[in-house]
Amino acid sequence: MWFFSDEEKQIQKVCRDFAKKELAPKAEHHDNEETFNLDAFKKMGELGLLGITSSPDYGGAGLGATAATIVMEEFGKACAGSTLSYLAHTILCVNNINSNASDIQKEKYLPKLISGEHIGCMGMSEPGFGSDAVGMQCKATKAKDGYLINGNKMWITNAQYADVVYLYTRTGTEKNDLTTFIVEKGTPGFSVSKEIHKMGMRSSPTGELSFQNCKVSETQRVGGEGESTIHMMKNLELERITIAGISLGIAQACVDQCIKYAGERKQFGKNLAHFQMIQKMVAEMASETEMLRRFLYTVCYEYDHFKKDNVLASMVKLELPKRATKIALDAIQLHGGYGYSREFPLERMMRDNKLNEIGAGTNEVMIMIIAKNLLKDALRT
Amino acid sequence: MNELQTELKNQLKKYCLDKIEPFMEEDDEKNRFRPEIYRGFGDYGICGIPLPEKFGGAELTYQDFILVLHEIAKYSVPYAVTLSVSTMVQNILNEFGTEAQKQKYLPALTSGEEIASFCLSESHSGSDAASLKTQAKKTKGGYILNGSKLWISTAGYSKTYLVMARTGGEGSSGVSAFIVRDDMKGFSVGKKEKKMGWRTSATAEVIFENCFVPEENLLGGTEGTGFKAAMSGLDRGRITIGAIACGLSERAIEESIQYALERKQFNQAIFDFQGLQFMMADMATENTASWLLVKEAAEQYDNKIKNSKLCAMAKLKATDTAMKITTDAVQILGGVGYTSEYPLERYMRDAKVLQIVEGTNQIQRVVIARELKKEFN
Repeated sequence: MWFFSDEEKQIQKVCRDFAKKELAPKAEHHDNEETFNLDAFKKMGELGLLGITSSPDYGGAGLGATAATIVMEEFGKACAGSTLSYLAHTILCVNNINSNASDIQKEKYLPKLISGEHIGCMGMSEPGFGSDAVGMQCKATKAKDGYLINGNKMWITNAQYADVVYLYTRTGTEKNDLTTFIVEKGTPGFSVSKEIHKMGMRSSPTGELSFQNCKVSETQRVGGEGESTIHMMKNLELERITIAGISLGIAQACVDQCIKYAGERKQFGKNLAHFQMIQKMVAEMASETEMLRRFLYTVCYEYDHFKKDNVLASMVKLELPKRATKIALDAIQLHGGYGYSREFPLERMMRDNKLNEIGAGTNEVMIMIIAKNLLKDALRT
Repeated sequence: MNELQTELKNQLKKYCLDKIEPFMEEDDEKNRFRPEIYRGFGDYGICGIPLPEKFGGAELTYQDFILVLHEIAKYSVPYAVTLSVSTMVQNILNEFGTEAQKQKYLPALTSGEEIASFCLSESHSGSDAASLKTQAKKTKGGYILNGSKLWISTAGYSKTYLVMARTGGEGSSGVSAFIVRDDMKGFSVGKKEKKMGWRTSATAEVIFENCFVPEENLLGGTEGTGFKAAMSGLDRGRITIGAIACGLSERAIEESIQYALERKQFNQAIFDFQGLQFMMADMATENTASWLLVKEAAEQYDNKIKNSKLCAMAKLKATDTAMKITTDAVQILGGVGYTSEYPLERYMRDAKVLQIVEGTNQIQRVVIARELKKEFN
């Protein structure tokens, strides 16, 4: 985009090269085998990308939504699964510790998370509480020198690999009696109870976390009791914007692949590019992707330079994933039998992108948020 | 539905619930086709529904056939497609084959003991089927086949392969059809396709290396009619794919509604959110519309009214709808819809192929437009 800073342009270039070299060649393999590209993750640490929005005091790059979204787009073009794991680590775990934890906690956890020595995840959703996350039931009860945690967390990205969990729990009966903790791997009573097999994003490990009388000391509590909702609010916009970045990467990769194929594949004596129906598909998916790119990065720019806007961030999270699924489906269609086969990356991209319509708030939740904000006054009467 | 249709549907439902449903998840994960399931269809007499009784068929209508496919597709799109393809080959054999060919090959197919595959597509000829390159060279007592065919359903499990190969010059008139058996020398099954969905159906390349096919296996005993024979199956093939799409959609709708009634968020069943009600109302309406289109196409076909436009419309509408419905169904189930614990994500992956086979949906639009032009010219 014309308004990217020099630093952002540099990040774009570095990430594009990295994605081509480290992510793209192994994407199919990790998708097939449902394995995590740990090697690439470690290298992201070497490049200084794992703390892209976090404070330089702890090894972070101290950059904003634009830079983080650029990484998502570039990585998303090559391997959305690895990108999702990167997001869960960098945005959901590291960035939240950076904005909400005490200096002592930051000193303890951030350097290793940012270097890639440790992997992080965030625990919010539960089996019975997805869209209605604030209804969560995983409890932390006061005990001697700390808390006892009991309950489960579902659909946790990076669960099996995580050294550090940024965890939301219930500490009271009121709706907002939610308290945040940092729980380390190996804490007695904490385990990964289930691996979850998914339609897509298969190179991103997903699991269920189980806490059974898991004792954590008071020093692991982030902020005061009942502060989780404040913590959640702080970074909601960034989380929605960045996940939309993965969908932008997917949409762009689909367009690029379609343009390439339309020039190669011949039917009825000429290449596909000569058929008006193919022209229409390519023109429409490219226009839509370009529109989405400009929408997304404009919202990023405003986020970085003016203000966070919950409605715009929700609109971004609704429109990018939703339209990218359509684009990926059309891209498969344009490739016919080849698009359906695993020889081409398109069917994987479609499977991967579907998650973005569900994770980090479903389309329906985004619609609810947008509508409730816009209709605030009308809803009072 | 008449009594016979209701009875058949109920029996099939029971069979599918017992024999298919419990294994679909694992078979999808492992890309496993179970020939015994197909043979089991034979016990219900559904492996040659429209075929004449004298060759072991049930001599029923396409209106009956679409009900059967619709029911099976609710449990497994791949097995429904296997049945549809094998029946299509039988139909072609029945219409274009010699009496000897029919007697020799049809009974094993109509009984479900054997499966037939249709071999038209090649790596460079998909939508443009008439440009196929597989060669059949005349030799003493028969033909020598060389070339390969791509995306062949049930390859490796079928015994009979109806193969379109070139005996003459370029274009459709140079194409002949051959009945190739899996034990013929020079016939082999190549690379198995790894696919997005439809993973229970074995799809592979079929290779001919100096494969000798005796003269008696030239379909109908005449050269140059292969393309016509291949295309003759298309209209009715489209009706069957439309029926399969509607069955799949119906299942996805059932699963979403059940889930929406059970799942509570914000202290109420998610069914009661208007946002989801609108989605479900649209899903049900679109699928009903598609099904009526498919039924109308089948009825006209049974009444010997040739209507390529209607068949293409039925396939186009039903399969585009199935894609939309299965995608929305995953969405209604949210996180669990995306996991393989629930079958919805598989339905969505299976739906996509229906927009590609039996003529991509781009080709359906070409056919519809061509017919429209004829009507108005």
